Amino acid sequence: MDAILLQILNGLDKGGAYALIALGLTLVFGTLGVVNFAHGALFMLGAFCAVSFNQLIGLEKVTVDPTQMTPWGTPLEIRVPMIEDWLGATGTFILDYSVPFSILMAIPVMIIVGLIMERGLIQFFYRRTHAEQILVTFGLAIVLQELIKTWFGANPIPQVPPDTVRGAADVGTLIGFEAGQIVYPYWRLIYFLFSALIIGGVFAFLQLTTFGMVVRAGMADRETVGLFGIDIERRFTIVFGLAAVVAGLAGVMYTPILPPDYHMGMDFLVLSFVVVVVGGMGSLPGAVAAGFLLGVLQSFASMTEVKSVLPGIDQIIIYLVAVIILLVRPRGLMGRKGVMES
Amino acid sequence: MVDLMTPSRRGVLKGGVALGAGLTAGLAAPTVFSSKAWAADYLNAPTGDTVTFGFNVPQTGAYADEGADELRAYQLAVKHLNGEGDGGMLNTMKPLTLKGNGVLGKKVAFVTGDTQTKSDAARASAKRMIEKDGAIMITGGSSSGVAIAVQSLCQEAGVVFMAGLTHSNDTTGKDKRRNGFRHFFNAYMSGAALAPVLKDNYGTDRKAYHLTADYTWGWTQEESIKNSTEALGWETVSAVRTPLGAGDFSQYITPVLNSGADVLILNHYGKDMVNSLTQAVQFGLRDKQVGGKDFAVVVPLYSRLMAQGAGENVKGILGTTNWHWSLQDEGSKAFVKSFGEEYGFPPSQAAHTCYVQALLYADACERAGTFMPCGVVEALEGFEFDGMGNGPTLYRAEDHQCFKQVLVVKGNENPTSQFDLLEVVQEVPVDQVTYDPAIFGGELGECNNGV
Repeated sequence: MDAILLQILNGLDKGGAYALIALGLTLVFGTLGVVNFAHGALFMLGAFCAVSFNQLIGLEKVTVDPTQMTPWGTPLEIRVPMIEDWLGATGTFILDYSVPFSILMAIPVMIIVGLIMERGLIQFFYRRTHAEQILVTFGLAIVLQELIKTWFGANPIPQVPPDTVRGAADVGTLIGFEAGQIVYPYWRLIYFLFSALIIGGVFAFLQLTTFGMVVRAGMADRETVGLFGIDIERRFTIVFGLAAVVAGLAGVMYTPILPPDYHMGMDFLVLSFVVVVVGGMGSLPGAVAAGFLLGVLQSFASMTEVKSVLPGIDQIIIYLVAVIILLVRPRGLMGRKGVMES
Repeated sequence: MVDLMTPSRRGVLKGGVALGAGLTAGLAAPTVFSSKAWAADYLNAPTGDTVTFGFNVPQTGAYADEGADELRAYQLAVKHLNGEGDGGMLNTMKPLTLKGNGVLGKKVAFVTGDTQTKSDAARASAKRMIEKDGAIMITGGSSSGVAIAVQSLCQEAGVVFMAGLTHSNDTTGKDKRRNGFRHFFNAYMSGAALAPVLKDNYGTDRKAYHLTADYTWGWTQEESIKNSTEALGWETVSAVRTPLGAGDFSQYITPVLNSGADVLILNHYGKDMVNSLTQAVQFGLRDKQVGGKDFAVVVPLYSRLMAQGAGENVKGILGTTNWHWSLQDEGSKAFVKSFGEEYGFPPSQAAHTCYVQALLYADACERAGTFMPCGVVEALEGFEFDGMGNGPTLYRAEDHQCFKQVLVVKGNENPTSQFDLLEVVQEVPVDQVTYDPAIFGGELGECNNGV
């Protein structure tokens, strides 16, 4: 029982990342009709916003100690973060909380990146075939990841969560298990709650605001909305920026779970597309539901008990589900009738 | 009679078949056996005043940083071989035949290839360097899969292969080749070196859980570490294979929590090791107690670049490494000084092994008095040397594996600089890690000069 609960928790935090990326993908597909293979790169760029912020506030004051030498005979450099030198305890606090604080940097950066991406490239491919859209956005993703590799190198760059949430929570005691039986990292629980909050925020924005109402109307019937004199293209551009922010924030908060490297976007992209297909192309609730569902399924499939009966199932479970869904219900779990069925 | 001006369908088909057969025959004959090979007694015999080495390292992909460090080391080696710079380990290597004026009177030039840490790409770049650039020797790499693939290609082509970072027992075991040589240690030696230290730190009554990268290196390391720890009296609770590049290992780590195991052994390298160790620490394994014993995490193969990636999570965690920049023997000090002055930071173990391989090859050519692969192979087989780090070293003739001290290291609890991430716990003597070459099977086969 404890093993099952642990795998559910595992699935939820991973599913949170899948759901956030798939949500952005679905928003872009639903509004602009673009299959954006560069969306994973936005997740990766968000993660590197956290890395950049950490490196910026971690800039060091270097003093040379002539009494100590390096092994190659030069005087030893003593390095102290400048922010600690200037702000003392406050500086230490900001350094400790660099991952959550980097959200403040990631939001404007991702909006700008999203708008440049959409205005500078993707808008020219609205009326092209999906194959062309995939080719150009996939190419863009490769360019972005190579730029990041050139700047930051190929190795993962670890980001640590704040000291107070660095350990693991004894979740089991809350539901009647013995102490130590079900422990789970604080940060992964925070990530799950964060993803739920962002998903809730996006839905509230689309459901409760006039802007959201217009966007939803545009998703249903772009031409009719245009006949009302509403500039739906401009709103869709803003939606692209919003999707970029969602992917970026998902990346920022994921950095303490998975040390970011240039390839992390590509690793998540394919799985997130499967999530979108399973959930239903263009269905926002479908993307979220499928994200969590596939995350949990993937976790269960990697249990030793399951793998001993079905070796290798953990590697194919998501694709297996996608194949079954496409055969039985081509529009996906919650997709609109007619989509992907013609 | 065939009307050439109005080709029939049958005529076109016939012509196509003939053309296809011709092309196939042409393509099937390896150009490596037909280009410059007949001009000399051996492939790519240098004719001008330079000799070309081929440095085949990962310049893109997951191990690009290791590859960059390997390339720095090779460039430094070329500089020293050509009599430039401070000479580095040429000042400490014993015996030494090189004169510091190139190799056999020829200046060393080099070409590079990108393995991308993929066997097919590595073979393609090695082939290009041999066929097009006239490389006399291929060296480098940061993966056992790549090393085995390139070693096999060099054997077929008829050039010497001096392996870079490869730790699988298979490289000088079942997949060994007469034209291939490995300076780096292997998984068996890691197990043999680590086991007594594990016994001292954690006792003989332990239950181990292995997470293993699912490819040749992971399998051989798991087998070697299992054999060594079980010989101590440890029980192996489970050994789970994880896909290469899994990223999130949480679903593999959670079963460890209540498995009854009190040691987690991570048979992972590079990015996988960084991720699995980080996540194991996040799940509280390092602070956990099982049956009154402190839970332990072990990383059998360490590198400084990996330790940088894992950050604070490596603190106190035991493993092994081929070499470390903090060693105080004359050879290591000379190399660290040269490398540090040139690049501003200390070399990694990958850089060390590649630098040493380049010098060993050059010295063997000088001793053999020829670049002919079989002459060089003969000069390297059974060669004993010192002054290149790790103490007295033997290139064993039976399997082309180097035997030298192995370092047991621990993640430094109190690092004094950004490079001071690993602390050498023990320099394990060579006798403790030496084994019978027959245990891993394989045949060296015949040497190949490429003609």
